[in-house]
Amino acid sequence: MIISIASGKGGTGKTTIAVNLALALAKDKEKNVQFLDCDVEEPNAHLFLEPVITNSESVEIPVPKINDKKCNYCGKCAEVCVFNAIAVTKNKVLVFPGLCHGCGACMLFCPEKAITEEGNEIGILEEGKAGPISFTHGRLNIGEPMAPPIIRKIKKKIKRDYNDNRDRDITNNYITLIDAPPGTSCPVIESVKESDYTILVTEPTPFGLHDLILAVEVLRKLKIPHGVVLNKCDIGDHKVEEYCKKNSIPILLSIPLDKEIAVAYSKGIPIVKINSSYEQKFNQLFQKIIQKI
Amino acid sequence: MKEIVIISGKGGTGKTVIAASIAALAKNKVMGDCDVDASNLYLLLHPEIKDKHDFYGGVVPSLDLKKCINCGRCQEVCRFDAIKTIKGQTVIDLVSCEGCGLCALVCPVKAIQMEENHCGEWYISETKYGPLVYARLGIAEENSGKLVTLVRENAKKIAEKNDLGLIIIDGPPGIGCPLIATLSGANLAVVVTEPTLSGLHDLQRVSKVAQHFGVKTVVIINKYDINLENSLKIEDWCKKNSISVIGKIHFDNIITEALVKGLPVVEYSDNRTTKEIKDIWQSISR
Repeated sequence: MIISIASGKGGTGKTTIAVNLALALAKDKEKNVQFLDCDVEEPNAHLFLEPVITNSESVEIPVPKINDKKCNYCGKCAEVCVFNAIAVTKNKVLVFPGLCHGCGACMLFCPEKAITEEGNEIGILEEGKAGPISFTHGRLNIGEPMAPPIIRKIKKKIKRDYNDNRDRDITNNYITLIDAPPGTSCPVIESVKESDYTILVTEPTPFGLHDLILAVEVLRKLKIPHGVVLNKCDIGDHKVEEYCKKNSIPILLSIPLDKEIAVAYSKGIPIVKINSSYEQKFNQLFQKIIQKI
Repeated sequence: MKEIVIISGKGGTGKTVIAASIAALAKNKVMGDCDVDASNLYLLLHPEIKDKHDFYGGVVPSLDLKKCINCGRCQEVCRFDAIKTIKGQTVIDLVSCEGCGLCALVCPVKAIQMEENHCGEWYISETKYGPLVYARLGIAEENSGKLVTLVRENAKKIAEKNDLGLIIIDGPPGIGCPLIATLSGANLAVVVTEPTLSGLHDLQRVSKVAQHFGVKTVVIINKYDINLENSLKIEDWCKKNSISVIGKIHFDNIITEALVKGLPVVEYSDNRTTKEIKDIWQSISR
């Protein structure tokens, strides 16, 4: 099954929940746990899981390459490009790789067949193992705007044998966890879509509530079942709990503000490594999720 | 005119809390909230909306089932797996669609029309601290970069019209499209970080983006006393990269209390934290 961990607001503890859930589940030798860090703009899970990376791949977008000998500057390529990634002057074609989405329209419609494609690297993908956990993450290159193609490539790594027969996986032993980026727009959608369940991590403040409501709207639109983990549950107010109750959204786990946890986090140490009682709490969280799916 | 953008790389380090306090401290300015995915600044500034505008970003395909002959040509050319055939019928998945329009261009019977996509709203508003431009991207919509650009352009117009010398922008997290749209061409990037491994890692990436776009960068370390060793590491890294650390804020519950009350922290209390933030503003405005 695929469980994604998301939040509208950043810094609420997505990575903490994802990492600790992975570690708690992987303790059970029967379980096969795969971890995908889809926050390719600012990936952090590797700081906690410390995977040994064994494979690295470049992620490229096919951008147009113009053959000057064949091009007659008719402008058709610029006309079909909705992203304004090509401009044609009297005797020159300008390509802006940062704007190109790699849709291939220019190449397909060039009447002179003067366009081929070449790969423009926008980031990298790395794979490895963190103990028994299969780990994949991606990194967007500095200055590149588009995260979704890297996320799509990470999600292609979802193990087929884990998830092809997920209807028949009655043991619930094949688990893919996806650490999503913050927000509600395209990179988030790309990360969470096709999940069986999404855990929304939030905190009990006006910002936490405001952004939780947006995230819930996203999941309703995508028709993904979801529940909430309330982090630092004893700060702020009770409005998140009231909202969840009113909207019948389960609160799967509440974690109080704890100096010890905060300090461990700052050093890249997962909660389950300093407080073993959390192992059970994360296993209970998982049990609650499989009952809801 | 000077435009200051407050960014962080990592989310939840305190961008908006600091932006709201600066909004309360600075004079003759316009505020803009460029975190259009999840804008929060208005929750502390309580604006009165003056003008509401629709945002159309890009185009989306609309399939006319009466015309469609299910030939599969559109599915063949779509590189985003956004077109599928379900029980013999062509179906477009708008969630996966990038809006390139190739399907409409190749359709032999013109069954696909590209339509303008209403994907959000933006607002010009007035607050007790001055004008605020902010936006709300529609749920699960794209083109946040374009919406960010609209917010910035309109903040600038207001500043010019009213002879205000300063624009303060609350930025988005991350380093991708919305961040680049927020950052490019700004005069100063204030990066808010925290003394955690994630905070340092993300500070390094976002600072490199700022450098890439030639924007001067300064750093604030929030909750610096959570891990003094990491705070030192951040300061060392900044020093090596010629970035000034213009202030440090200690961990204080008063920040959450002010948030729950819906107030900028400098308006809620007058203590050590408030002083730290006021000193930061002094340093920026110098």
